[in-house]
Amino acid sequence: MTEIVIDIHQLGKSYLIGHHNQVKHNALRDVIVHGVQSFTQKFKYLLNGNQPILSGDEVEEFWALRNLSFSVEKGDKVGIIGRNGAGKSTLLKLLSRITEPTEGEIRVKGRVASLLEVGTGFHPELTGRENIFLNGAILGMTRAEVKRKFDEIVEFSEVEKFLDTPVKRYSSGMYVRLAFAIAAHLEPEILVVDEVLAVGDTKFQKKCLGKMEDVANQGRTVLFVSHNMGTIKTLCNKGVLLQQGQLIYKGDIDSVVQKYLESVQDTSISKPEVHFEPNVQKEAQLVSARIFNQHQEPCLSFDVFDKIFLEFTYDLHIAARNIVVQLQLERNGEMLFYSFDTDVDPDRLERREPGRYQARVELPTPLKAGLYTLNFDIGVYGSRNLEMVYDLFSFEIEERSFNSRFKSYAARKDGKIVTHLKWTQDCLSPVLRK
Amino acid sequence: MSKSKAEEFNLVIKPGSIEKNYWLDLWRFRELFYILSWRDIKVRYKQTVIGIAWAVIRPLLTMLVLTFVFSNLANMSSEGNAPYQVMVFAGMLPWQFFSNALSTSSNSLITNTNLISKVYFPRMIVPASSIITSFVDFLISFCIMAVIMAYYQYVPPVTIFFLPIFILIAFTLSFGIGLFLTTLNVKFRDFKYIVPFIIQFGLYISPVGYSSSEVDAKWQFWYSLNPMVGVIDGFRWAILGTGENIFYSESFYISVGVSVLVLIISIRFFRKLERSFADII
Repeated sequence: MTEIVIDIHQLGKSYLIGHHNQVKHNALRDVIVHGVQSFTQKFKYLLNGNQPILSGDEVEEFWALRNLSFSVEKGDKVGIIGRNGAGKSTLLKLLSRITEPTEGEIRVKGRVASLLEVGTGFHPELTGRENIFLNGAILGMTRAEVKRKFDEIVEFSEVEKFLDTPVKRYSSGMYVRLAFAIAAHLEPEILVVDEVLAVGDTKFQKKCLGKMEDVANQGRTVLFVSHNMGTIKTLCNKGVLLQQGQLIYKGDIDSVVQKYLESVQDTSISKPEVHFEPNVQKEAQLVSARIFNQHQEPCLSFDVFDKIFLEFTYDLHIAARNIVVQLQLERNGEMLFYSFDTDVDPDRLERREPGRYQARVELPTPLKAGLYTLNFDIGVYGSRNLEMVYDLFSFEIEERSFNSRFKSYAARKDGKIVTHLKWTQDCLSPVLRK
Repeated sequence: MSKSKAEEFNLVIKPGSIEKNYWLDLWRFRELFYILSWRDIKVRYKQTVIGIAWAVIRPLLTMLVLTFVFSNLANMSSEGNAPYQVMVFAGMLPWQFFSNALSTSSNSLITNTNLISKVYFPRMIVPASSIITSFVDFLISFCIMAVIMAYYQYVPPVTIFFLPIFILIAFTLSFGIGLFLTTLNVKFRDFKYIVPFIIQFGLYISPVGYSSSEVDAKWQFWYSLNPMVGVIDGFRWAILGTGENIFYSESFYISVGVSVLVLIISIRFFRKLERSFADII
C-alpha cells in the first residue's frame, strides 16, 4: 500500500541567458547607442512576460531542467544527486515554489517546508528569541506553533544563555545551531532540504543528522540534496540522478550513488583540462585548471604510485583580506581532506590584490585505489564563498604497478590511505620456551 | 494516473499557478506580514543612542526649518487663523508619511533579497509591510501635532473626523508608486536613484512648507495634478478647517483618481513580474 505524495510530470524550466558580445565601441556615440538599444531590449523582454534575462545582451534560451518526470511515495527519503549544473537546485526551487516552472507540473499532497538555507531571514539586530519567531514565520509556522515548540527549539540549539543577545554577537556556530534548531522543529509532511548540513561543527552535524533521521522515521517524506555521498547514503533510501537537466537514473540509494560515481568517472564528462568563460561579474573565478602526472601528461587515470599535480588559474576581481583558495578531495564520495593555500603560508591571509593568479599543488601520494573527486573553492574565510566548483576533476587510481594480493592497502580492504609504515623489529630470542 | 486521483493533491505547481489563488495566498500569509512589519519597526531605531526620539526630533526640526524659510524669509502667510507652525505641521504629516513610505517600499524587495530567493510567499507582503513602519512614524508625528496644537491652544474643528480618508489616499498612493518602483528596482537598480529625486522635488511642488492658496490661480489646475496636493490640502482642511471644503475641490478628486489608477497599474505590473523575481534579483 503505497501513496504518491509528489508527482512530477514533464517538468521543465528555462532561462534566458545573455551573452556579452565583444563588439568594440570606439566612439562615445556608439557606446551610448548600444547601451540604449540593449536597455530597451532588456526592458521589452522584462515587460513581455516571465522570462528573466541573466546579464548580457545577446539572448539565448537555456533549459536548466527538461522533461523531468518521477514520483515520490509517502515516507520516502529521496536523495537528489548530480554534478554541478545538473538542475538539482532548480528542482528544489521549483518544489519550494520560489520560482515557477516553464512547462510541466508538480502535484503535491501535504504541507511542504523547504530549507534551502539555514537562518533565512535572520535579522542580525534582533535577539535570538525574536529571531526564533521571525524565522519560524518565514518558514511557515504560525505564532502559536512556534510558542508551543519554543522550549524545545531553545534546548536543541544550546543557546539558552544568549537568547536575549542580538544574533550579530553570536559565534557562527551558535548562529547555525539556532537556525537549524528552528528548522528542525518544522513539522511538514514533506521536507525539502538543500546542503544545509554542511555547516557547524561535527558534533552538531551529527545531532542534526539524527534529528533528520527522526523526521524521516516518523513516516514523513524528505527530499535531500547534497554533494556528500556519505550523508546521502545514511539519510536516504531512494535516489534520483540528474544530469544536465534530465533524469538519468532512479532507484535505491546505493545503486544511484554507484551510478553517480561511475558517471563522474565518465571521461566524456570529466576532462583533465578545463577552461571556463571569464565572467567579470563574479568576484573571483576559476579560469582554467588541469591535472597531470609526473610526465607532465594530462590524465584522469593514475597508478597508486604515480605523482599527481594540479594547476589552477583564477581571476580575482576584488581585493580582500582572508581570501583562501582551497581544494577538497573525496574518495568514493567520502571526504578525505581539505587543503588551504594559506595552510603553510599564512601571510597570504593578508590582503590579496585583484589579478590573475596561477596556483600549483601536488597531491599527497600514494593514494589508495578508488574513484576520486576534487572540488575547488575560493572564499573569504569565515564569511562567504566567492567561487565554488564541485567535481572539478574526477579521476581514478588503479593498482597497476604492483600486485595487491599481500598489500595492506589493497583497494578491496577497508581504510582510506596508503602508508608505508616503517616497521622495525628484532628477534628477542631464538627460542621461546624450554 | 487518472483525473479523479489528481484531486487529492492539495498543491499543483505549474506555469501560472501563482496567478490563481493569489489573494487567498496573501490572506494565508498574513502572519508573515505582521511579523515582517514588526521586524521593521523593531530594528528601525536599533543601535541609535536616542532611539525612538528620532521619530520626534525629525519632524520638529523640519517644521522649524520650513517655517523659517517660508514664513520668515519668503514672507508667506498661513491659512485662516492657524499659527504658521501648525499649518506647516499639518502639511508635513502626510508628506513625511508619503516620502518615508515611498522610499522604504521602493527599496523593500532588494533589501529582502535573501528572503525572496530562498522562500516562497506572495511577494506583495514585502513592500506592504515596509509601509507599516512609516505609518508608525506617522502616528508618533500625529501625537506631536496634538501637543503642538495644545501648546497654541488650538481646537481642531469637527472635520478632523474626515482625516482617515486622506490617510487612506496617502497610503494608496505611496503603496502604488512604491510597488511600481520596487518592481523595476529588482531588475534595474537605476530606479533606486530616482526616489530621492521624487522626494526632493515633491517637497517643493507640494504645499508642504506653504499654503496651496499661495499658488497663482492660473497654475492651480496644473499644480493640483500632483496627487499629493489634494492629500495635503485635505489634511489641512480636516485639521485646521481652513480653505474651501475639500470635497468641492478638483484636487481631491484628482488625488483619488490618480492613486487608485496608480495602484491598479502597479499591482498588475507587479504580479506580471513577480514570478521572475527570484531569478533576477
